[in-house]
Amino acid sequence: MNRYPLWKYIVIVIALLFGVLYTLPNFFGESPAVQISSIKSTLKVDSALSGRVEQVLEQANLAPLNVVFDTAGAEGTVRARFKDTDTQFKAKTVLEKALNTDPTDPTYSVAFNLVPNTPQWLQSIHAFPMFLGLDLRGGVYFLMQVDVQAVANKRIQGLQSSARSILRDKDIRYSGIDRNGDAIEISFRDQDTMSKAKTLLADQLPELTLTDGPAGADPKIIATLKPDVLKTTTDQSVQQNILTLSKRVNELGVAEPIIQRQGADRIVVQLPGVQDVARAKDIIGRTATLEVRMVDESVTRGTELSAAVPFGSELFKTGKNAPVILYKDPVLTGDYISNASVSFDQNHQPAVSIDLNGDGGRKMRAATRDKIGKAMAVVLFEKGKGEVLTVATIQSELGSSFQITGMGTPQAAADLSLLMRAGSLAAPMEIIEERTIGPQLGAENIKKGFDSTMYGFLVVSIFMIVYYLLFGAFSVIALSVNLLLLVAVLSTLQATLTLPGIAAIALTLGMAIDANVLVNERIREELRKGNSPQAAIALGFEHAWHTILDSNVTALIAGIALLTFGSGAIRGFAVVHCLGILTSMFSAVFFSRGLANLWYGRRKKLTSLSIGKVWRPGDK
Amino acid sequence: MEFFRIKKDIPFMRHALILNAVSALTFVLAVFFLFHKGLHLSIEFTGGTVMELTYSQPANIDGIRKTVEDIGFTDNQIQSFGTAQDVLIRLPAKKGVSSSQQSETVLNALKAVNPDVQLKRTEFVGPQVGDELAHDGLMALLFVIVGIVIYLAIRFEWKYAVAAIIANLHDVVIILGFFAFFQWEFSLTVLAAVLAVLGYSVNESVVVFDRVRETFRDRKFGKLATPDVLNHAITSTISRTIITHGSTEIMVLSMLIFGGPTLHYFAAALTIGILFGIYSSVFVAAALAMWLGVKREDLIKPIKEKDETEGAVV
Repeated sequence: MNRYPLWKYIVIVIALLFGVLYTLPNFFGESPAVQISSIKSTLKVDSALSGRVEQVLEQANLAPLNVVFDTAGAEGTVRARFKDTDTQFKAKTVLEKALNTDPTDPTYSVAFNLVPNTPQWLQSIHAFPMFLGLDLRGGVYFLMQVDVQAVANKRIQGLQSSARSILRDKDIRYSGIDRNGDAIEISFRDQDTMSKAKTLLADQLPELTLTDGPAGADPKIIATLKPDVLKTTTDQSVQQNILTLSKRVNELGVAEPIIQRQGADRIVVQLPGVQDVARAKDIIGRTATLEVRMVDESVTRGTELSAAVPFGSELFKTGKNAPVILYKDPVLTGDYISNASVSFDQNHQPAVSIDLNGDGGRKMRAATRDKIGKAMAVVLFEKGKGEVLTVATIQSELGSSFQITGMGTPQAAADLSLLMRAGSLAAPMEIIEERTIGPQLGAENIKKGFDSTMYGFLVVSIFMIVYYLLFGAFSVIALSVNLLLLVAVLSTLQATLTLPGIAAIALTLGMAIDANVLVNERIREELRKGNSPQAAIALGFEHAWHTILDSNVTALIAGIALLTFGSGAIRGFAVVHCLGILTSMFSAVFFSRGLANLWYGRRKKLTSLSIGKVWRPGDK
Repeated sequence: MEFFRIKKDIPFMRHALILNAVSALTFVLAVFFLFHKGLHLSIEFTGGTVMELTYSQPANIDGIRKTVEDIGFTDNQIQSFGTAQDVLIRLPAKKGVSSSQQSETVLNALKAVNPDVQLKRTEFVGPQVGDELAHDGLMALLFVIVGIVIYLAIRFEWKYAVAAIIANLHDVVIILGFFAFFQWEFSLTVLAAVLAVLGYSVNESVVVFDRVRETFRDRKFGKLATPDVLNHAITSTISRTIITHGSTEIMVLSMLIFGGPTLHYFAAALTIGILFGIYSSVFVAAALAMWLGVKREDLIKPIKEKDETEGAVV
């Protein structure tokens, strides 16, 4: 009765094989590497680059362990692995020099990185090590909130002006277009014009829902943005922000950054290994949009703070050359900038050279043609507040490429050019959560988490074997298999291991023992009742199964709730907890019975089981 | 080796009233402290800034406090964390102040006093994120409770479901009571622990109830009066209960001892939860089920036939 059919053993062997193979990559560690990715959106990294990297390294006599081209994520990267950090250092310098022929306008970002040492044959079956969470390896974490209202505002503003020009083009007379909250109200003098306008607008601007204004008053159309249009707009701007962030992060030279969308309007940025938070935040968190505006010179310079601000202009108090009064209408926004780089002006002072795309060049020319000698300002908007980056006098008509001077330091010029190059954000963002974990603390966390699991596991194992003898040993083996499978599944899913995750592994092991204890106690009980050893094994597993199922389902309910409603630490905990429950059901019921069957199943005359002393009420 | 040589069923239910009175008292105390002192919520819920600093010598906490207050952060909390060299600084979120820069200001001020200070970790959480977390936490708790009640009601009967959930909420409230009384920090990880305890503690009740059902079906014991059936069920599972919890507790204690400060309160919550989990599933859940009037007929009829074909095929 205690025999498994062959297929069950096959399942067990396959599961073990899977467990070993996919747990394995976690033990190989990492080796220093150099990662090359493209900075320019026009230039894609392809496999040809990896050939070139190899060539460059060979010329410099720096032998890499291997050079891999990888297209994970949106953009391709080439990674070269080295045996020590010394070679890695030299290689970076060499590669940077060879690939970026013009250091003022780099084409590639060459960054330090750590690459897992997983052997090729394991990688080819997609066996990769688990990611380590920031709490285990150190780095910076940002959670950013995209200002959805600002996105909607911008869109509605755009539609308002479209509506205005459409009506004007067709010569339909309206008496006013006003913005009222999130709605555009267009009023007319008579009903007839209104219905004409309505047909036209419905045709031309399908993004809008058009309703008639209240009866009795002047005829009016109330136009609102369709909800699904709003949603796509938001989606697009979040996507665009992610792209912009990726570019900025690339320029920081971070290895393996994570930039993910979370929920409808949030973006998570994780920068492993980065310790200089201030600089990271400066680049990442500069939730900025750029605008080029003309200075309103109707106000005498020097009296800006006391003078009345003319209609259509606003006062900027912070930044270089501030206070200054600028026209509200921008000449140009960041969207038109195609490239920006650090350069030096004729006085050898740091400057930023800006290239505009065709449309931008045209606008710029039109705006500056008759404004030579007048002042123009570049304003950076962060969290709705503008900071004047520079005020410059227009020397001549500006075309699609021009220079901004007066940066002060080369660093300031470099930062400004980086921001301009990376493009502006589609919607303003704000950092709402931020964490930094030192690498040393990360290493401590791993050690502590690992130690606590190991010591606990050791004590439990010793107890189980002393108390249940051979069956205890079965339980310990089953428990180890559970751990093996759990780690393998987590690695396969490429889950990110965090400290709460390690805690969940420990707790799951503690709870998984329950199933083994239930089984072992049941078998003892059946023996106590006087059942034969074979029958005791069968009945023990059978009876315990109901209880194990029930109790694991309830634990799973709790786990799923954590997974559904939790975030961050809770989610990390819950993933491991849920998977652990599943693997423990497999290992404690299916696998450990397999062991018992293998050991005892074929013996016809079995007189006793090695499950510790079974005390019977009749005994003394 | 075996620890348990139980000749007769232990009359647990005879003491049910007293034990539940004790239990009720602990519960009321826990609720009292929860309202009186409140939970010391971590930054994840309240929003604000946390900094973990490390010095090469034992840190002068008073000096640090003075420095931090001098630069205008009066409403702060400064304590040593783990070792004497490590310091934890907590600053509440302020409206209008760019809180992400708080940590830089503080670090610079501290560096001016003692240059060997190192930043190990900073955390800044916006108050809005905190509110959402609190909301999500409550939702998770509700979901767990409802889910478990429904499952138990289907698997057993509503009386068992009610008894189990009351017993387990009692564990949760007592854990929270401990956190309120000692003003331990209640963080997101602790919340995860509390919810895990809820699942875990229900396990315990399920094991006992499973045995109760089985005993009711048993030809020899099934005819006994309900309290005796419960006594028998609990007695037969007590060895398993203690060994299982012992093992889990070993793991959790290992975390408490070796896991370092980050896992400390997580492990503390689990430790308390497990201890009360044993007690509540034995005394509170079983006794409540008894007082709710469970009887043989509730469980036997519908399941009997099904039982032969169910499970077992492993």
